Amino acid sequence: MGLINQIAKLGRGAIDLVVGLGQAGMMLWGAIAHRPRFRKGTPLLIRQLYVIGVQSMVIILVSGLFIGMVLALQGYNILVGFGTEESLGPMVALSLLRELGPVVSALLFAGRAGSALTAELGLMKSTEQLSSLEMMAIDPLRQIIAPRFWAGVISLPLLALMFTAIGIYGGHIVGVEWKGIDSGAFWSILQSSVEWRQDIVNCIIKSSLFAVVVTWIALYRGYHVVPNPEGISRATTQTVVQSSLAVLTLDFLLTAMMFGS
Amino acid sequence: MTQNPNSLVEIHNMAFSRGSHVIYENISLSIPKGKVTAIMGPSGIGKTTLLKLIAGQLTPDQGKVLFDGTDVHQCSRSQLFALRKRMSMLFQSGALFTDINVFDNVAFALREHSGLPEDIIRHIVLMKLEAVGLRGAAKLMPSELSGGMQRRAALARAIALEPEIILYDEPFAGQDPISMGVLVKLIRELSDTLNLTSVVVSHDVEEVLGIADYVYVLADKRIIAHGTPEELRAADNPQLKQFIGGEPDGPVPFHYPAADYKKELLSGLD
Repeated sequence: MGLINQIAKLGRGAIDLVVGLGQAGMMLWGAIAHRPRFRKGTPLLIRQLYVIGVQSMVIILVSGLFIGMVLALQGYNILVGFGTEESLGPMVALSLLRELGPVVSALLFAGRAGSALTAELGLMKSTEQLSSLEMMAIDPLRQIIAPRFWAGVISLPLLALMFTAIGIYGGHIVGVEWKGIDSGAFWSILQSSVEWRQDIVNCIIKSSLFAVVVTWIALYRGYHVVPNPEGISRATTQTVVQSSLAVLTLDFLLTAMMFGS
Repeated sequence: MTQNPNSLVEIHNMAFSRGSHVIYENISLSIPKGKVTAIMGPSGIGKTTLLKLIAGQLTPDQGKVLFDGTDVHQCSRSQLFALRKRMSMLFQSGALFTDINVFDNVAFALREHSGLPEDIIRHIVLMKLEAVGLRGAAKLMPSELSGGMQRRAALARAIALEPEIILYDEPFAGQDPISMGVLVKLIRELSDTLNLTSVVVSHDVEEVLGIADYVYVLADKRIIAHGTPEELRAADNPQLKQFIGGEPDGPVPFHYPAADYKKELLSGLD
């Protein structure tokens, strides 16, 4: 019997997973597969861009600055041993553009904006605000989900670029102002080694995909929450855990495709 | 399926279950136009579920719900939304949108559906708020209102689009005597002056029997009694008597089903 139960459990897990994927897909499809309504949609989108994007800026900028500074300090200590401390600029810039910028900003975004989205939607569901929209003949997918989704997808790539930019500035503070690398060398080697297509476009592609994944998970977890306080707290935790894991897994796949060959 | 011209909503032989938990076995009822119909029953019996079935938010396993002759669950999404513009629901929690003030809450559906200019919407909103006595609270946020006031604001929002039917989900739950009295008066007045059809789901026996024109009592997955409040008070069905009289023991037992008391005490630890 024990074995049968184990198999049944496995099967139930697989069914739940497929059902969940189906629900998440239906939710997103219902939210975004419409002709856009600019007059009604724009104010909703702008409000969400503020809540999701602008309000995440503080954590992104502060973290970016410190990560850039730490990266530069550790990098300097290694490079100076080989007498190549002028390469600090490209080291910091490429690490940030290729990996740390998109990945760390997505992780921070999941913690800051993703959890907030889940909690907000969970609260709206448990106080019947979503049902009452439906009763007013207003589709909550279009009114609530769609603007939040687009705001997340627009915000995160911009946040990742800001993270990278301020991280490079942090590297400049440590490398040039503190450790005394020549400023001209720092910037010119950096400029000649960063490529538009390979580095900057890939950074934007990566963080756009992370944005879709993180926002989608957060919205799904909130929209399908068990409507009570325990359900909301569990859903919020799940959002952060699942979107972090998804970002890191996806990052490996993307890195392998972009830089593997 | 034909529908009695005097009733706005008819439920025919409906069954509904959540997973393996059966909520309704086979219920039929009709809700007359322009009257206050109450649906009573103990907690957890699925009274709110019934309202959601009428509104098409849930789909029954069997049977039909007709709204003014249209089968609610055969509608396309846009037909359903067209029907919902004619109905309105007052949720137990009020369900006001917490990020906008009372005025904007009441104006929400009007702005979305009516296409009216803002100065006319302002007049309508102020009239609705005046009707529930909250015109002075128009600029307050929902969190600044007491529970009773939130429910009144939600009522103003529910009547903003001038629906034909309002579904009240536990309107009296958790209210103090004064706001209870206010809500009773409002529900009756709205029904009489606007010729609204009202469905009140509740377990507050006295309030409900006081305002309802017709009452259905749900228990054990079916309708155990229906009639006017006078008929119900006079009925001698023991299950109904226990519910209306609020007696602690009777057909609905005081004890959760358990093994024999003495035997369990004497058996010691396993």
